[in-house]
Amino acid sequence: MSKINTLEDLNKAAKRGLEAIIPSKTKIVVGVGTSGIASGAQQVYDALAGEIKKRKLDIILSKTGAMGMDCIEPLVDVLQPNKPRLAYSKMTAKKVPEVLDQIVKGAVDGIKPAYRMDEEDFICLDEKKPYAKGPLSKDLKDIPAIGSVNFYKKQLKLATRNCGMINFESIDEYIAKGGYFSLYKALTKMKPDQIIDEIIASGLRGRGGGGFPAGVKWQTCRRAHGDIKYVICNGDEGDPGAYMDRSVMEGDPHSVIEGMIIGAYAIGANQGFIYVRNEYPLAVANLQRAIGQARECGFIGKNILGSGFDFDLKIGKGAGAFVCGESTALMTSLEGKAGEPRAKYIHTVEHGLWDRPSNLNNVETWANVPAIISRGAKWFTSIGCKNNSGTKVFCLVGKINNIGMVEIPMGIPLKDIIYEIGGGIPGGKKFKAVQTGGPSGGCLPIELIDISVDFDALWNAGSMMGSGGMIVMDETTCMVDIARYFIDFLEFESCGKCVPCREGVQRMNEILQDICDGKGKEGDIELLESMSKGLVDGALCALGSTAANPILSTLKYFRNEYIAHVRDKKCPAGVCKALIRFSIVKDKCTGCGVCLKKCPSECISGEKKKVHVIDQTKCIKCGVCKESCKFDAIIVE
Amino acid sequence: MKVGEMVNFIIDGKKVEAEEGATVLQVARANNIPIPTLCCHESVSPTGSCRMCVVEVKKGKRTRIVTSCLYPVDEGIVVDTNSERVKNVRKLVMQLLMARCPESDVLQDMAKELGIEKQPAFHPETDKGKCVLCRLCVKACEDVVGVSAIGLVARGKKKAVGTPFAEDSMVCIGCGACAYICPTEHIVMESFGTRRKIWGRTFKMQACDKCGRYFAPVDQLKFISQKTGTPMTELATCISCK
Repeated sequence: MSKINTLEDLNKAAKRGLEAIIPSKTKIVVGVGTSGIASGAQQVYDALAGEIKKRKLDIILSKTGAMGMDCIEPLVDVLQPNKPRLAYSKMTAKKVPEVLDQIVKGAVDGIKPAYRMDEEDFICLDEKKPYAKGPLSKDLKDIPAIGSVNFYKKQLKLATRNCGMINFESIDEYIAKGGYFSLYKALTKMKPDQIIDEIIASGLRGRGGGGFPAGVKWQTCRRAHGDIKYVICNGDEGDPGAYMDRSVMEGDPHSVIEGMIIGAYAIGANQGFIYVRNEYPLAVANLQRAIGQARECGFIGKNILGSGFDFDLKIGKGAGAFVCGESTALMTSLEGKAGEPRAKYIHTVEHGLWDRPSNLNNVETWANVPAIISRGAKWFTSIGCKNNSGTKVFCLVGKINNIGMVEIPMGIPLKDIIYEIGGGIPGGKKFKAVQTGGPSGGCLPIELIDISVDFDALWNAGSMMGSGGMIVMDETTCMVDIARYFIDFLEFESCGKCVPCREGVQRMNEILQDICDGKGKEGDIELLESMSKGLVDGALCALGSTAANPILSTLKYFRNEYIAHVRDKKCPAGVCKALIRFSIVKDKCTGCGVCLKKCPSECISGEKKKVHVIDQTKCIKCGVCKESCKFDAIIVE
Repeated sequence: MKVGEMVNFIIDGKKVEAEEGATVLQVARANNIPIPTLCCHESVSPTGSCRMCVVEVKKGKRTRIVTSCLYPVDEGIVVDTNSERVKNVRKLVMQLLMARCPESDVLQDMAKELGIEKQPAFHPETDKGKCVLCRLCVKACEDVVGVSAIGLVARGKKKAVGTPFAEDSMVCIGCGACAYICPTEHIVMESFGTRRKIWGRTFKMQACDKCGRYFAPVDQLKFISQKTGTPMTELATCISCK
């Protein structure tokens, strides 16, 4: 890697990168993001490396981050000259020899790829380059194009533009996709105010949850008094089920770094920090490597691209406290103190890290910046909906067929995400609700399935965009139990600084636990409501004031379920053990004895081929009998 | 912020003038408007942790609840120190603290004054003593005394004040500032003439070289001597005899 000083140098690096992205010889790419590794991608990678060496094949083996469709990982992409990029799903080490056979033969006759990619989208350059020139052979045509796969059909990848496509270890590949050209443009052709105006005009809103206009924040920070200013990236993603930021930091670290350098130049900051939780070791390693590369190329350091602008970037590692995702707590933690928030009557853009003007944005926000600078505000506002320009990355998890990370233009209806991208609910069950915005967000019921997924619509419905977690629940989910789960999480994660959050959330948890245990009392629901109001008004930080949201939103849409628990001592979804009872329907039981054998507490009795009975005094309500019964003879009430 | 300029605003219907940079609480107190507080003390900077001092502030079109100990006064704001929303927060905070520290007389007296009763649904705790985690002791030890012998340990409901690793602190000088500043008398300091015990450590007391009264821990005088360069012999006289 040599220093990049001029546009010519940048073009040279891009040429090298392009050869790697669309290579002139066979290349195999393994998705080794955290989600891939969790499903065995490292073993696949090692098996490929071993087999390629054994057979002495002239094949390049490369890595990439997570593409998003986690439910079909490990993913292995095969690139052969003048052929589309083929994605083999659910790869195992065992399948490696066969896939290699196919590659050597040049035919797809055994294991079929999940989809093919005919072209590579160079979003920042407004250009698409084909992998294969000319018409496709029949066997290749038979493989579905990525655009026809439901999971990808409605997606638009801006912030995750390179994730799962380029090698996160190669700065050349990032540059080939248009990376650092935006930095070159910003530093050599734009004044700081012009950059800020462009970001304001783009309508980019903070992707971390608040949705505050990023450009306005930049402007306030630029205008704030002080010689020393900081830019900070919030990579302390902590919502259960959310991993968008992790995927970007792992799969495309340079997009965040480039965004931050541009932002720092616009704001007038010479020092930046990326705050990442240490539970993201791969993200930390990939960012660290990328920062080193950017420094070697001269994108970080003194006199960047000959502009006279100096910038340094460091990583601050967090210990995984949820509250450190709150801006003031994050800054306190970066200062080396225990992560506790403070009142924000004086904003962090004026008095932040070490009391100096500090501009904090989240990973996804920073990753959008290079694309906006390159393509312009007008292009960005053409995507999304009114006041919600651009895309948003979500993690679709829970009771949904296609689990994964998705990026959609804002404003598309929720039902498209659930039923088309997500492929609906498994096991033919009914959709019940979706939790958006993490623990501080709320549950949206089926009645709101047509809601436009944007900052404002979600907020008005009593939930929020949050950082982008989307936990799907089906009819077998108890909403009181879900509220209890999130409140329990928040009780554990409360920093304990202010009374309403520390003590209040704990008491709410006790009340909810009592309700789930069948000990709910008249007045509990009203008490929860009044406590929630006190929490909204009284807590010190946003974590505390939104901590009541899981209760408020489930009460808003599922109040009857609470009443059933408290008054009728029933759990309609059949989840809360103290309120349910398993029994065997006489007419349906064939006396096969499967439930009897499976029951861990030996509470089922009955002779072979005669109706069985459950001893209620011994039943631990685990539900194993119900799951094992082929005749639907066991019911839960 | 330019300190020194005056701003005009309304608090509980009363027009007041105050110096820019002052907090709502300071101005309210100067105008004899009572606002209850637990974690506020003139010797240390405010943290806004107890939430008792909340008030409702209208600024432009926006009305919100803020902590008066931290909120800086501003031209044209309208402050209500006793609105329904304010009362609801104070009631919640008080009820939560009474359940945390059922033995605290200070809390019970304060609740009585505010007309707040216990919430029977909150089961009283047994292991928190009288500590409301106002952190005045920690701030006094760090900012005023300058030794940081005690600090906050853990987070959430496990949060507590203590010495590092709950071991005897080697930097504690036994000054007792933490016990003096504690609003609920949670921190116990025992004196037995020649000795003083606090945070598990026993300190030797210095007798006044004039009246013979044991007036301060030797460690504290050593600390003062080191900090100020005053010889120990000069510090061996108690304030009354000086």
